Amino acid sequence: MAVLRIDYLQVPGIPALSFEVAAHECLAVEGPSGSGKTRLLRAIADLDPAQGYIYLEGVERRELPAPQWRRRVRYVAAEPAWWAATPREHLPATPRLERLLISLGLEPAMLDRPVAELSTGERQRLGLVRGVADEPGVLLLDEPTSALDTQASALAEELIRFQLLAGRVVILVSHDAQQIARLAHARLQLAGPAPALRPRQVSAAA
Amino acid sequence: MTYVELSALDLALAAVLLLVNGAISLVLGLRLEASLAIAAVRMAVQLAAVGFILKLVFAQTSPVWTLVIALAMVLVAGYELLQRQERRFAGWWAYGLGNGTLLLVGGLATLYALTVVVGPEPWYAPRYVVPILGMVLGNTLTSVSLALQTLTENAERERAAIEARIALGAARFEAFGHVLRRAIRTAVTPLLNAMSVAGIVTLPGMMTGQILAGADPIEAAKYQIMIMFVLTGAAGLGALAAALGGVLLLSDARHRLRLDRLSAAPRAATG
Repeated sequence: MAVLRIDYLQVPGIPALSFEVAAHECLAVEGPSGSGKTRLLRAIADLDPAQGYIYLEGVERRELPAPQWRRRVRYVAAEPAWWAATPREHLPATPRLERLLISLGLEPAMLDRPVAELSTGERQRLGLVRGVADEPGVLLLDEPTSALDTQASALAEELIRFQLLAGRVVILVSHDAQQIARLAHARLQLAGPAPALRPRQVSAAA
Repeated sequence: MTYVELSALDLALAAVLLLVNGAISLVLGLRLEASLAIAAVRMAVQLAAVGFILKLVFAQTSPVWTLVIALAMVLVAGYELLQRQERRFAGWWAYGLGNGTLLLVGGLATLYALTVVVGPEPWYAPRYVVPILGMVLGNTLTSVSLALQTLTENAERERAAIEARIALGAARFEAFGHVLRRAIRTAVTPLLNAMSVAGIVTLPGMMTGQILAGADPIEAAKYQIMIMFVLTGAAGLGALAAALGGVLLLSDARHRLRLDRLSAAPRAATG
């Protein structure tokens, strides 16, 4: 049974899309910069208004309160943002937390250091931990390894593979063709930006 | 109550101080003399006009006239509020949020002060309504303006953080939490400072006026204390209401951040 079904989703700058991704499956979204990869992920997480239908296990997104939808359909940005002083204040206090950190090569002591002192790569891995810690069913990963070295990338990919084993749906945006070859079961190719760029915000959608 | 009535000559003598300023401006080439003259004449005309209008209004104790004046005051305050916003909400909400807050909080605080606290007979006597509403609106205007300014500024600066919280499943007020708290704190801090220094650094204008008009200083102080309570309470509630309303306008029913509902910065103010 398909878990995530997209039905005629209209994201600005992209022709209407329909596709399904099943549990344990990773769909890679490819396309040049400006082709709408991030906009697509944001629309699926209901972060931007978009026409069309998105079903998770048969439930359309509008049938659920939006916060509940986003706890199940999780968008993880390439550059995670922080609103408090230390990583710990951004993360759920789950017993899995320590294991997740170690699996990405992060010291648990790092949780109480100021966010501002962490490196870009450390922050990106913490963002990944934050995204998966409460076990959402769908992971929308926007260039999850863009700031990571080879070794950390391998650990991150291992985490993604583990999430797939656990039955998650993963949609992955990546510029790394080899990474896509290693992880993805299916690919979605987005064309480049149309000659006349459309404005980013839709005016009166849903 | 006894006080010294001012004659036209007295006013002219006071204006001599301004003439001295004008002369200095001419001598030093500050080029302020024209603006100084215009501002001084404007002030005199405005205050005289208000004096005549109030005399007319006070002459009758009609609830309808009091209401008309009160609504006009709210509208002027709302317009002034809008002029102070660098980033405005799109469409009617630009007026709606500010005016709504001023009407709700200003109206309630003034009603409360008049009916429960002061209790003049009748309670809608314009002699009491107009000055109290005026002070409440003036104070609330400042705090609402600060709250909205801080809220819209930080919503833009903290856009990524707000959206990160939304993406993690936060409802809109939770996602705006840190921005909302900062907006309210920024708006309320000057109120706390004003209370702390009242009577020490500044002698409040109303109390000064009452003392000059011959009131007993203790009575004047009591009035001032009452007014400070009402003003600060109203301004604090106004900041809260405006900030909460601002969060509702900057997000939608699906708890998305909607910065597109903020208009671009307005053209440079004229005059």
